[in-house]
Amino acid sequence: MRSVLRKGRDRRPVGPHRSNPTLNIRTAGPSIPTLHPKQGAFFALSLIAICATSSIAHAAKIGDMSETSWTEQALDFLSLEQPVVRTAVLGTLLIGFCCGVLGSFLVVRKLSLLGDTLSHAVLPGVALGFLWNASKDPWAILIGATAAGILGVALVGWIKQTTHLKEDSAMGMVLAGFYGLGICMTTVIQNMAMGNKSGLDKFFFGQAAALSTGDIKLLSIISLLTVVLILLFYKEFLAISFDKGFAHAIGMPVQVLHYALMALLTFAIVVSLQAVGVVLVSALLITPAAAAYLLTDRMHWMLCLAAGFGMLAGVLGAFVSYLSNNLPTGPLIVLGATLIFVLALFFGPRHGLLTKILRRRRQRQRIALENTLKAVFYLCENSDFERREFGVSELAVERNSNLPAIEREIRNLVKANMAGWIDDSNVPALSGQARFQLTKEGWYRACEIVRNHRLWELYLTNAASYESDHVHDDAEETEHLIGESIVKRLEARLENPIHDPHGRLIPRRDQIIA
Amino acid sequence: MSAPPITDPHPKSPLPLEVHDLTVAYTKRPVLYGIDLEVPQGSIVGVVGPNGAGKSTLIKAIMGLLPVASGWIEVFGEPFKKAVTRVGYVPQRESVDWDFPVNAMDVVLMGRYGRLGPFKRPSKSDKEIAMACLDKVKMLPYAKRQISNLSGGQQQRVFLARALAQESDLYLMDEPFVGVDAATESAIIEILRELQSQGKTLIVVHHDLTTAPDYFDRILLLNMRVVAYGKTKDVFTFENLQNAYGGRLSILSEVALSRARKKAEGDTPENLLR
Repeated sequence: MRSVLRKGRDRRPVGPHRSNPTLNIRTAGPSIPTLHPKQGAFFALSLIAICATSSIAHAAKIGDMSETSWTEQALDFLSLEQPVVRTAVLGTLLIGFCCGVLGSFLVVRKLSLLGDTLSHAVLPGVALGFLWNASKDPWAILIGATAAGILGVALVGWIKQTTHLKEDSAMGMVLAGFYGLGICMTTVIQNMAMGNKSGLDKFFFGQAAALSTGDIKLLSIISLLTVVLILLFYKEFLAISFDKGFAHAIGMPVQVLHYALMALLTFAIVVSLQAVGVVLVSALLITPAAAAYLLTDRMHWMLCLAAGFGMLAGVLGAFVSYLSNNLPTGPLIVLGATLIFVLALFFGPRHGLLTKILRRRRQRQRIALENTLKAVFYLCENSDFERREFGVSELAVERNSNLPAIEREIRNLVKANMAGWIDDSNVPALSGQARFQLTKEGWYRACEIVRNHRLWELYLTNAASYESDHVHDDAEETEHLIGESIVKRLEARLENPIHDPHGRLIPRRDQIIA
Repeated sequence: MSAPPITDPHPKSPLPLEVHDLTVAYTKRPVLYGIDLEVPQGSIVGVVGPNGAGKSTLIKAIMGLLPVASGWIEVFGEPFKKAVTRVGYVPQRESVDWDFPVNAMDVVLMGRYGRLGPFKRPSKSDKEIAMACLDKVKMLPYAKRQISNLSGGQQQRVFLARALAQESDLYLMDEPFVGVDAATESAIIEILRELQSQGKTLIVVHHDLTTAPDYFDRILLLNMRVVAYGKTKDVFTFENLQNAYGGRLSILSEVALSRARKKAEGDTPENLLR
C-alpha cells in the first residue's frame, strides 16, 4: 500500500489512480474548499521550520529518494495546489482545533481516560453506520458512532452507580469491550463481498487523504458548533469544570452542560477518526491540552494554546505523511503533538525543566556574586572603613579560596558593573597583585547584603529567641532571599536597629559611598 | 411539633431555612432521618456532630445536590431552585482541584455567575465587587496568583470571598475552618460576625467542639438525626454531647479537659493569636 496522499513524485495523470480500487483516493470534487493564497503563505511559513527538523528522519527512512525530489515534494505540499492536499490540510487543522479545545476540558477535569473510552466505544457505531448503506456516508457514520459513544458513557455511569467498582475500571472495561466488538464487526464487513469496503481500515490508524469533501463539511459544522458553544457558555463550562457543586448551588444546569460537552466531544472524536484513527484520537485530545496546561495558568489561554498546538500537530502529521511512504497520518499527528509536549516540558517559560535548571543556575551565580561583595565589605570594615581599593590576594584570603576562582568572581563583578580594575594593563592577571575597587552600585549592593544578614541575625535572636551563636548559618541563606518590603518590616519590628547581636554595625545602603 | 421559639424580627417574612421531616438516603441506606429545622434570620448556626453524622449531607440536601427520600426544604419560603440567588455556598476546600488553571480573581468572579444568567460575561461592576470581596478577606495582593500557589488558609479565604461575591442572605458553609491557620480562623469568624450584623443567616458545619460554643449562637447537634437544636447554652450540654457522640467518652473527656484548661488560662482563640 502506498501513501494515498503521494502523487507529486511521478506526475502521472490522475486517472489510473482513480480507477485503482486499493488506493481509494478521494480526489477533487468541484466543491473542494479553496484556500486564499495568503493563507497558503501563512501555512508555508509555519511549516518551513518543521521541514528542517523532519528532513533528517525522513532521509533515513526513504533512501531511494533524491534530495531534489524531496524538496519538490515539500514544495508541492506547501503550494497547496492539489485539491487532495488542501482537503487534508484543512481537515487536520479543523481536527486539531476541535480536539485541542475539547481535550482541554478533559485534562483539567481529570477525565483523560474518558476520551480514550469514547474513541474506542464509537467503533461498533462506525461499523453500523457503514452497514446502513454500505458506504462511508459521513452522516450515517456520525449518527451510529454518536449513539455508540453515548451508550458507552452511559454504561460507565451505570456500572459506577450499581456496583462498587470505580470509574476507571468501568471505563477500562467498556473501552476494551466496545473496541473488541468494533474490530469483529469491521473485519466481518471487510470480508463481505461489498464493493466499497476499503475505507474502514482507515478508522484504525487514520489517513488524512481519506477525508472526503463531505467529511470536511461535517468537520466545519462541528468546529463552528464547538466555537459558538464555548464562547457562549465559557463561564458555565469553566464553573462546572472547576467546582461542580458550586455550579449547581448557583443554579447552573450542571448535567445538561456536562452532557453538552460530552456530545461535542463525541462529535469531535467521530469526525477525527478517519484522519487520526480510533487508537490515537485520544492522544490528540490529551497531548496538546497537556502541553498547554504546562505553559499557562489561565483556562482561556490554555484553550487557545491547545487549539494552536492541535492544529500545528495536525498539519505536521499531514505534511510528513505526504512526504513519506506508507506512513498513516494518525501516528504522525500524534508524534507531532508529542514533540510539542516535549518542547513544552523542557522549554516552558515557567514550569519547563530546562528553564528551572537555568533559573537555578542564575540564582547560584547571583548568590556567588553577592557573597563576593559581602567579602569586600568585610575587608573594608576591617580597615575601619578607611580603604576602598583591594588586592585579589587579600580577597582570596578573606573568601578562603584560590586566586583563579577569585579573579573569575571579580571579573563577573566587573561584567555586572559593580567593580572596576585599577591599572589592569600593568599587572599580570594571575599574579594576585591586581587591584580593584567597587563601583557605587557595587557598594550599595554589598551594604544591602550585609544589612540583610545582620538584620536577620538580630531578628532571630530578639524576636525568635535563637541563641546568638546559632543564627549565622540561617542568615547566610536568608540574606539572599529577603527583599526590600521584608527588610522594611524587619526594621520596623526591630525599631531601626544600629548593631547586630554581635555588636557590629548594620550598614545603611549608602554607608560606604553617600 | 415542639419548635424552638422563633426570634424573627419580621414575623411575617418567611424563615431563611425551614426543613421538615427530611430523610436523605445514599443507595437506600438512610443518612439523615426525619430532620426538622427552623433557622431564624440573623443567626449563626453551628452544625456539629461526629464523622459520618451527615453534616455535609444536610448542606448538600438543602441545595438539592442530593435526592430527598422524603420531607421538604424551603429557603425563604420557596423551594431552593427559586431562591438560588439568595443562598451563598462555601464548599469543603478538598472538593476541588487546586491545580486548576485559574487565579484567585477568577474563582471569586464565579460568585457573580449566579446573578449573571446565561450568555452574559462578568461586567466591570462585577469585577469591582469581586475585588472588594478579595480585599475583605485580605487577599487582594494575591488576586492574580494561580490558586495552587496559595496556602490552605489563603485558599479558604478565596472560597469565602467567592461566597461574599454572591451577595446572598443565607450562607451555607461546609467546614470553613478545616486546615486553616489561626490568623485565617479569626479573620473568617470576624467576617461571619459582620455578615450576621447585616442580618444575614449563616449555617456552618464545624468539627471542633472546643471552639463551637464561642463561634455560634445556635447549635445543631447532628448524628443522622437531630440530637438537639437550639440556643448554644441550652444545647451544648454534657448529656447532649454524649448522646450525639454515642458514648465515645474519650472525645468528650478530651474536649472537656481542653475547655477547662482554656478557661483556666483565660485563653480565647483571639487571645491565642497575639
